[in-house]
Amino acid sequence: MNGYTSFSVASPSSGFGAEAAATRNSKRPKYSRFTQQELPACKPILTPGWVISVFTLVGTIFIPIGTVSLLASNKVVELVDRYDTACVPPSMTDDKVGYIQNDAIKKTCTRMLKVTKDMDQPIYVYYQLDNFYQNHRRYVKSRNDEQLRDASKANETSGCDPEKTTSDGTPIVPCGLIAWSLFNDTYKFNRGTNEMLNVNKNGISWKSDRKHKFGSDVYPRNFQTGNLIGGGKLNATKSLSEQEDLIVWMRTAALPTFRKLYGKIEVDLKENDIVTVTLENNYNTYSFGGKKKLVLSTATWLGGKNNFLGIAYLTVGGLCFLLATAFTLVYLVNARKPADPAHLSWNKNPPMH
Amino acid sequence: MAGGRIREKLRWSKIYSFSCIRPSVQLDSDNPPSLQGPGYSRVVYCNQPHVHRKKPFRYPTNCISTTKYNVITFFPKAIFEQFRRVANLYFLLAAVLSLTPVTPFSAVSMIAPVVFVVGLSMAKEALEDWRRFMQDMKVNLRKVSVHKGGGQFGHKNSQNIRVGDIVKVEKDQFFPADLLLLSSSYDDGICYVETMNLDGETNLKVKRSLEVTLPLEEDDCFKEFRGTIRCEDPNPGLYSFVGNFEYERQVYALDPSQILLRDSKLRNTTYIYGVVIFAGHDSKVMQNATHLPSKRSGIEKKMDYIIYILFSLLVMISLISSIGFAVMTKIGMPKWWYLQPNNTTNLYDPSKAATAGIFHLVTALILYGYLIPISLYVSIEIVKVLQARFINDDIHMYDEESGNPAQSRTSNLNEELGQVDTILTDKTGTLTCNEMDFLKCSIAGVSYGVGSSEVEIAAVKQMASEALNAPSQHGTQDLWENPAQFGSSEIEPVNLVSPIVGKDKKPHIKGFSFEDERLMHGNWTKEPKADIILLFMRILALCHTAIPEPNVETGGFNYEAESPDEGTFLVAAREFGFEFCKRTQSSVFIHEKHMSGIPTEREFKILNLLEFNSKRKRMSVVVRDELGLIFLLCKGADSVICERLSKDGKMYEEDTRKHLNEYGEAGLRTLALAYRKLGELEYSTWNAEFLKAKTTIGPYRETQLERVADLIERDLILVGATAVEDKLQKGVPQCIDKLAQAGLKIWVLTGDKMETAINIGFACSLLRQGMKQICVSAMDVDLSGQDAKLVIKENMLMQISNASQMIKLEKDPHAAFALIIDGKALSYALEDDMKKRFLNLAVACASVICCRVSPKQKALVTRLVKEGTGKTTLAIGDGANDVGMIQEADIGVGISGVEGMQAVMASDFSIAQFRFLERLLVVHGHWCYKRIAQMICYFFYKNIAFGLTIFYFEAYTGFSGQSIYDDWYMLLFNVILTSLPVISLGVFEQDVPAEVCLQFPALYQQGPKNLFFDWYRIFGWMGNGLYSSLVIFFLTINILDKQAFRASGQTADMAIVGTTMFTAIIWTVNMQIALTMSHFTWIQHLFVWGSIATWYVFLLGYGLSSPLFSKDEYRILMEALAPSPIYWIVTLLVTAACTIPYLAHISYQRTFHPMDHHVIQEIRYYRKDVEDQHMWKRERRKARQETKIGFTAGVEAKIRHLRGKLQKKVSTLTVQTA
Repeated sequence: MNGYTSFSVASPSSGFGAEAAATRNSKRPKYSRFTQQELPACKPILTPGWVISVFTLVGTIFIPIGTVSLLASNKVVELVDRYDTACVPPSMTDDKVGYIQNDAIKKTCTRMLKVTKDMDQPIYVYYQLDNFYQNHRRYVKSRNDEQLRDASKANETSGCDPEKTTSDGTPIVPCGLIAWSLFNDTYKFNRGTNEMLNVNKNGISWKSDRKHKFGSDVYPRNFQTGNLIGGGKLNATKSLSEQEDLIVWMRTAALPTFRKLYGKIEVDLKENDIVTVTLENNYNTYSFGGKKKLVLSTATWLGGKNNFLGIAYLTVGGLCFLLATAFTLVYLVNARKPADPAHLSWNKNPPMH
Repeated sequence: MAGGRIREKLRWSKIYSFSCIRPSVQLDSDNPPSLQGPGYSRVVYCNQPHVHRKKPFRYPTNCISTTKYNVITFFPKAIFEQFRRVANLYFLLAAVLSLTPVTPFSAVSMIAPVVFVVGLSMAKEALEDWRRFMQDMKVNLRKVSVHKGGGQFGHKNSQNIRVGDIVKVEKDQFFPADLLLLSSSYDDGICYVETMNLDGETNLKVKRSLEVTLPLEEDDCFKEFRGTIRCEDPNPGLYSFVGNFEYERQVYALDPSQILLRDSKLRNTTYIYGVVIFAGHDSKVMQNATHLPSKRSGIEKKMDYIIYILFSLLVMISLISSIGFAVMTKIGMPKWWYLQPNNTTNLYDPSKAATAGIFHLVTALILYGYLIPISLYVSIEIVKVLQARFINDDIHMYDEESGNPAQSRTSNLNEELGQVDTILTDKTGTLTCNEMDFLKCSIAGVSYGVGSSEVEIAAVKQMASEALNAPSQHGTQDLWENPAQFGSSEIEPVNLVSPIVGKDKKPHIKGFSFEDERLMHGNWTKEPKADIILLFMRILALCHTAIPEPNVETGGFNYEAESPDEGTFLVAAREFGFEFCKRTQSSVFIHEKHMSGIPTEREFKILNLLEFNSKRKRMSVVVRDELGLIFLLCKGADSVICERLSKDGKMYEEDTRKHLNEYGEAGLRTLALAYRKLGELEYSTWNAEFLKAKTTIGPYRETQLERVADLIERDLILVGATAVEDKLQKGVPQCIDKLAQAGLKIWVLTGDKMETAINIGFACSLLRQGMKQICVSAMDVDLSGQDAKLVIKENMLMQISNASQMIKLEKDPHAAFALIIDGKALSYALEDDMKKRFLNLAVACASVICCRVSPKQKALVTRLVKEGTGKTTLAIGDGANDVGMIQEADIGVGISGVEGMQAVMASDFSIAQFRFLERLLVVHGHWCYKRIAQMICYFFYKNIAFGLTIFYFEAYTGFSGQSIYDDWYMLLFNVILTSLPVISLGVFEQDVPAEVCLQFPALYQQGPKNLFFDWYRIFGWMGNGLYSSLVIFFLTINILDKQAFRASGQTADMAIVGTTMFTAIIWTVNMQIALTMSHFTWIQHLFVWGSIATWYVFLLGYGLSSPLFSKDEYRILMEALAPSPIYWIVTLLVTAACTIPYLAHISYQRTFHPMDHHVIQEIRYYRKDVEDQHMWKRERRKARQETKIGFTAGVEAKIRHLRGKLQKKVSTLTVQTA
């Protein structure tokens, strides 16, 4: 350009023109665009156009997703019935723990559910526990995957404390607190009074769990035989891979309130149908004041009923539109023209000339 | 070999006589110098190396090792080094504790990152050490010819040489150890040595053997050779040596001139024989090896505080957790039958809740360890090494002339380069080339030489440009529009002028630019005072320590001189017709062309040589001419010489002084020449004393010699003075101008005298006309002792306060002040009670020049600036005298020029030319500062964003210490999944390209103002991390709530929630860094998007591994997550929700508070710099800090001056300038 720049911006030709010198002197740095930090680069900057279009774009993507999510969630029909207190006989409401621990008392309980809307099959049956710390570190660690998978590894009970072995030292299969505290309430469903609704318990667990994590030749041994009985018992003639209730239970929940899949009813239910549930109320949640709920729910592509996702999407989408509008207004009203040199610091506080 | 010797004889020793008085003298054997006592215990039995195999004479072998570690000590030592860092120690403890049941993670996931990170650092250490080892081996295995007994010499590895061995070193070989020279291929036992490796000096030094050992000139002679050396213990003094040589029942004194130092090179001598005195680590060069002081950048120091903050945060949330856990265990646990509370260990025992809580504190401290970025140190180290590579590889900082590229010697100060506030620079060799040109001289009160110095040319140019610009009314306007042209005409006067000078003359002789017909071509004989001129010439030709080397091409001689001044004197003498053509040990031969018409060669016997040192500031020779007359010829600093003139010798003093001042003003280095005639008797009495002093052994030798030299260097007669130009280095004024525009303050610290320093100040536009110069100097007082000091101090204090007052009262905002202070005054100013005031004054001045400063003072001034202002200082210098300053400053830069390697060895960065400093600071410093700052901020952000989600989850698990993430996720987070993008940010980020950095020097101020690493920004990033953690955690758990998460009805378990959350984190932190970056090459794209891809690939692979290994994550992606739309939708939502506030923030910032680089980026983006070049140029001109130094400031001052006049009256202006 002129003399002033030619010394400050060392001309690029010096990079190429000195090849002869390079051979002469090995200390000369090799020229490459990489070493000279001159690699071609895209240098995106936040121009007003970009800012507005990014926010608008996010908004236009998020609002539909939010709407669709909300719609999906609203399509789900969910029946929830809390039965832990209701199933305690009135005489024992003051001593629920005593009630549940007393084997002599019959635990059968009947609940009526009214279907609020048509429910298309499959209708998923869940049990929901509350205030149950399946994510407690002591609990989560108390299992042994090797033992569950391989019949020959029955003695592998490391980590299963304090449910490793029976008092005489023979290993428990499956060992550990998780299996020991297996949920053991059972549900039977009738439509009206007579039509029995079959609960399909196949395929409620992950396929990979059944196939690879719970052995098809591993059978329960010494399970729940000690003097301290935790939760449910297992059919010792069925291999673990077929015990889907156990498999589901063994996938510990992230939060203290959780649902687990109990089975599927593969019949459509109509609005105002009355579903009679005959349940065995065996599981002790009374000690720690946890609730028990029975949930019948349909599912969409997005899963069960939860409006939060849709609302969150709509909020973020809305916010983006708001920001887009705000920035548009700002650029229109209080316009700093991009690339306006007047905003360089030396022009804002001009040195006194 | 014999043939070679004969040839040398012909060439060098034709007219030798051994009758000269040798500098070292034989002593009586019954009166040997006492070499008793500590420090003088070494005994060497020559040619009996076997004696030195056993105690007490067992000295180290010649094997050297500069490695930090060896195979055995590597692990303990390197590990110790690593765990001196608090963070690493913490991670080590965590890893150890992970082997106990308190750990929340599997042991491997705790140990692996520590091993990886520490292992990487150690591998780096090991590699560096391995390189050192290889280098040592190369040296150790060098073959050396050693006497094997019976007069046979054979090759041995250098490392096997022992003290007492006789070695033979041939031409251009390095000396394998410190040797005593016994004999050489020259008959008189001299040899030439190049000491470049030791002190960087390229000129050759002469070494002489003792006369008694001269006959040992063949291999056979060593058959029976025996001798004993008693000398000082190994020490680092390169220029000192005391010892005795006992040979054939006689004792001879040894001095440094017989010692050949390891790592110097034999030159111009076919071979030498020597005996090893100090081997291996005892050798002086090894004793000199010093360790660099370890320096840390300001950013790193601040980073430590952030680490402390994070540690406090860690302890705090750990306490919350453990209290929470204790409470939950106490209250909740007894009810949780499914945990079998009655059957627990201490960790969970509800009856011992407090104990459980304490155990849990340890667990929590490990669990939340992710707040502390384990990989931070390693990443920073990697980044800095790569940044350093870029500095080394920058072709724009490669000097074609010397073949030296820039070199980052310590990579941990890169970002500090972007924060420099004050530059302290040496003058000689740094601003100037240290290439001398003989320009003028004054003989017998007459000044000769009509050439003009660069300073004068610059002054003329400046005046011319002033005249050019003034007349037209539009002149100033044009200047504004076209500053570049104006600048170029002014800033490169050298380039413009020198070719013209070259054309009308015969080819330029290096070191000689003298033009005056009165002295050339023998015309001097016709001058009125030809006899004095003759003396002057002879002093030039005789009073030196140089060695002539025949130049085969020209048939003349090249001179190997100790200093460049000396070289120019010899060249000048040659041009005047006094060609110095030969030096033997005792004589100097001068080929005199114009004396009495016939060229003759004259021999001058050199009787004594009183060497130059910086304290004496003079050197003298005592010569006997062909007529047998004895003269003392002396040259030295004018002040020193003038003190020593005899009453009769002051004849020309007045005139010479006047000339000296003139030369000084023209920026020339001056020396005064004088002589004295000595009588035989006078000389011999003095000589006896001198010899006694010379053979003194021990610490007083130097002072003795000085005292004796002082006796004879008196009553001198002044002959004249020389003026030598010290050339400015290329591009220095431009570079200073640019640096000033970048807002940097520049102090010059020089050993030169005030006038020279001021003139150089003008030449490189640190000073300009119209600047108010404040000169502070210590007044001379006749009082002595304490009183004098008090008086001087009082006077100094007054000077300083007057000056401060003056600056305070100055109303003109453009007034510029320059402070010039000399070394003597500085020594007072640097005292505790005064330094504050002095610093305040100095900071208020635009330029500060300290002259006549000692190396120590340079370091002290640097410390004063560094500690007094609290700002970053950079010291730049090239010589050994700058080492103190370079080590003291925050950043030391060495010029890898001619003067030596010490400065470079001590420096953090080395460049070949001063002008590269601009690019080093303004481009690399600016980039590195921003890179590191952003990188560290981001590091803390990502670890807070991640670490806190673990904490939130605890609240949902009864604070039991369970993590929602799989151990492997956590392990990979810092090490693999998020490390490469941040490294690419740290290595490749560029806010603006290099040329823009250079064009807009004001951008540099972002560093010194620390805009990118202030607490506001750091806490902003931390807040961003907090926000992200909240959004990530709560959105995920609320969306993946208890309901089914997909069509087939399954609910989300911990593995699914954890993996989804982790996916969201990976996306968020990588999107965040993508938003932070402004410069995407394919590398950044690869790393950022590759990291996200890696996560999915890992998840897939992990899911495919054995279920025993992957546990609940077995096939999680394939079977559970990928087919579920909600997984992808959550990822999108969380990523957007986390980054949108940041996006809005930076958009807002850019819109309402744009920083300079934002606007420049936009200008470049819209290509306005190409379309509207007018604007671009205008902005470039304005883009600089208000500066009062540099030529631009000079131009501006002038324009202001003119404008002021214009406003008054246009006509006045035209009249004035006409």
